[in-house]
Amino acid sequence: MSDAHTTAAPDFHTRVVEAIATPGLTAAITRATLRQYEGRKAILPELGRPLEIRELAAKIKDHTLANLDRYLSLFVENVQRNGGQVHFARTGEQACRIIAQIGKDRGVRRIVKVKSMASEEIHLDHALEADGFEVVETDLGEFIIQIDHDRPSHIVAPVIHKTTPQIARIFERVIGTPYTEDPQMLTMAARAYLREKFRTADMGICGCNFGVAETGTVCIVTNEGNGRYCTSRPKVLVALMGLEKVVPTLADLAVMLKLLAKSATGQRLTTYTNLMTGPKRPGDLDGPEEFHVVIMDRGRTGILAGEYREVLRCIRCGACLNACPVYRTIGGHAYGGVYPGPIGKLITPLLEGMCEHKDLPNASSLCGACLDACPVQIPIPEFLIRMRDDLRQRGQMHWFQRLAFRMWRIGMKSKFLYSLGSRMGHIFLDGLLARDGWHSKLPPPGNVWTDQRDFPAMAPRPFHRMWKDLQENP
Amino acid sequence: MKVSLFVTCLTDLFYPDVAVSVVRVLRRLGVDVDFPKQQTCCGQPALNSGCGDDFRAVAARMIDVFEDSELVVTPSGSCCSIVREYFPVTFKDDPIMHRRAVALAAKTFEFIEFLEKKLRPDWSKWDLEFPGVATYHYSCHLRGIGITDEAIRMLKRFRGLEYRQLEKMDQCCGFGGTFSVKYGEISGAMVRDKVANIRKTGAEILVVNDGGCTMNIAGACRREGFEIKVMHIAQMIDQAMAATEQRRLVS
Repeated sequence: MSDAHTTAAPDFHTRVVEAIATPGLTAAITRATLRQYEGRKAILPELGRPLEIRELAAKIKDHTLANLDRYLSLFVENVQRNGGQVHFARTGEQACRIIAQIGKDRGVRRIVKVKSMASEEIHLDHALEADGFEVVETDLGEFIIQIDHDRPSHIVAPVIHKTTPQIARIFERVIGTPYTEDPQMLTMAARAYLREKFRTADMGICGCNFGVAETGTVCIVTNEGNGRYCTSRPKVLVALMGLEKVVPTLADLAVMLKLLAKSATGQRLTTYTNLMTGPKRPGDLDGPEEFHVVIMDRGRTGILAGEYREVLRCIRCGACLNACPVYRTIGGHAYGGVYPGPIGKLITPLLEGMCEHKDLPNASSLCGACLDACPVQIPIPEFLIRMRDDLRQRGQMHWFQRLAFRMWRIGMKSKFLYSLGSRMGHIFLDGLLARDGWHSKLPPPGNVWTDQRDFPAMAPRPFHRMWKDLQENP
Repeated sequence: MKVSLFVTCLTDLFYPDVAVSVVRVLRRLGVDVDFPKQQTCCGQPALNSGCGDDFRAVAARMIDVFEDSELVVTPSGSCCSIVREYFPVTFKDDPIMHRRAVALAAKTFEFIEFLEKKLRPDWSKWDLEFPGVATYHYSCHLRGIGITDEAIRMLKRFRGLEYRQLEKMDQCCGFGGTFSVKYGEISGAMVRDKVANIRKTGAEILVVNDGGCTMNIAGACRREGFEIKVMHIAQMIDQAMAATEQRRLVS
């Protein structure tokens, strides 16, 4: 069992400092995210009018969310009509229990897994291992994470924080691969190791990128073929699905698929796009004999009813992570939740508790790169601001800051006080502490600024005082 | 054309020369500029810190101050984006204030945006010369108001100026208002990355069209002992226009 998430520093600032101090981390993450960011920018114009497609995708999701009860019932009905079984889980624990029970009832010993963020959310692997199952992650990135008892740090590229030499040493240590920094050799080693697991697994678990209501189809997208092996070879298949993952029709699915791979990795489509509609039918050569879908709420209906509903549009492409300067700087682990990056700054507080994660919505420069990248146009910066306000209203703002803004407000509402205040600042603060027009050591809270860089002194005369001259001498 | 200057608090207090240049450039282009003297701040620091009530109070005052202006021009994309993107949203439940906020948003422009999209001056009348090597930092809040490469197009009009593209030009410098004093470690790492990329260009002039970014980037350059001239594009246009006028006088 991985213990990485219990040993991580409890405090956001400490995690950030540790991340920034980790040699090579920022560089590795910047390199990888930039590649995907540039890839996305290069391929999106192929859509002709990408902005309109993104608007359409947002509309499809909004429409579905507004009618979620209807589309979910339709989805369930169609899964059952196709011979599948549907289970509902209100909490993560329930979802884990349901899946474990399916395994126990069928005498399952070995489980192979496709990468799934929903399963990360509920720590499914650990729960199943605690119940005595052997669980094998088969996505290469997730496999590396699993054998190193680490945690994923990116929604799409879980192992983005590791360098090739680090991975080579893990392979050497855990599965006995002779040390090599050749990614292809490492991949072949993982492939050989996993092949046997695939062949002998009794159950496959996958997530669900999209659930198509009109057909009862579960769609997953992967790049490595492991997804197809996991969902077709074992006798029992379980798909774990967040309840917001439903789309009404196959035509809607097409819109989403057009955007997902392009936004995530700069690919036209992922290498594999699996559409699974029920268990193996008579005459089928392969496919699972049992097809289960576990539909999980876990706080999602709460989000649906609240003022952050649009976060449920998210298709987990990771484009906002790749675009985010904060993510590029601190990596995914420092966020302290399963979902890192800009979308994680909203989802983690909404799912796991706002007051417990109050740093997340605050630790953003609100640069807007995430909104620019989001294929379904979630207003992330606006929501971050709203959440900061919510946190204040829940008493999570330091009294000093609250007082400072109250005084600031009084000052800004009066031209006289504004000028007086800034003059006093100039005379006392600049006059006493600035050298050559700059501060290099300000008293608190300005010290946070000057710990990092210099701060300019104010100009000798503000523009307000210069205007008269400008009027008189045009 | 009649324009009111919205100077913004940072430009007023820290970079008043930028505003002087804005006024001079606009006047030379035949624009009648006035300056509503009651103006202070748009309220952004409160908004970004989650003090929505304080923000609304200051924003309402800002709407009052510019109510009678025909057009509003500001040398800061960031403050412009607050007026354009957040004023209407914040008053959405108050029909009268909302209408006034929408009206202000519709007539407010960032300086370069105003030149390129609204005024469209005939630059051929001006022999804009600015010798040197320059690079340009794209300020984040230009995204929200739909500005892309307008400033670069303007830079390319200068005779004698070599423009060098900045790596990760559109990556935030790490300012983010109160973010810079709440999450100093992240903000500091971001601005050091920005400075490293600026160094790589070998440019002698860094063009930054926003007071917040200027404060942050220039402060980090100074801390590292890295000497570079940080300028707002209005100052460059102003200087080049003044030089043209000078040459005209001489001849």
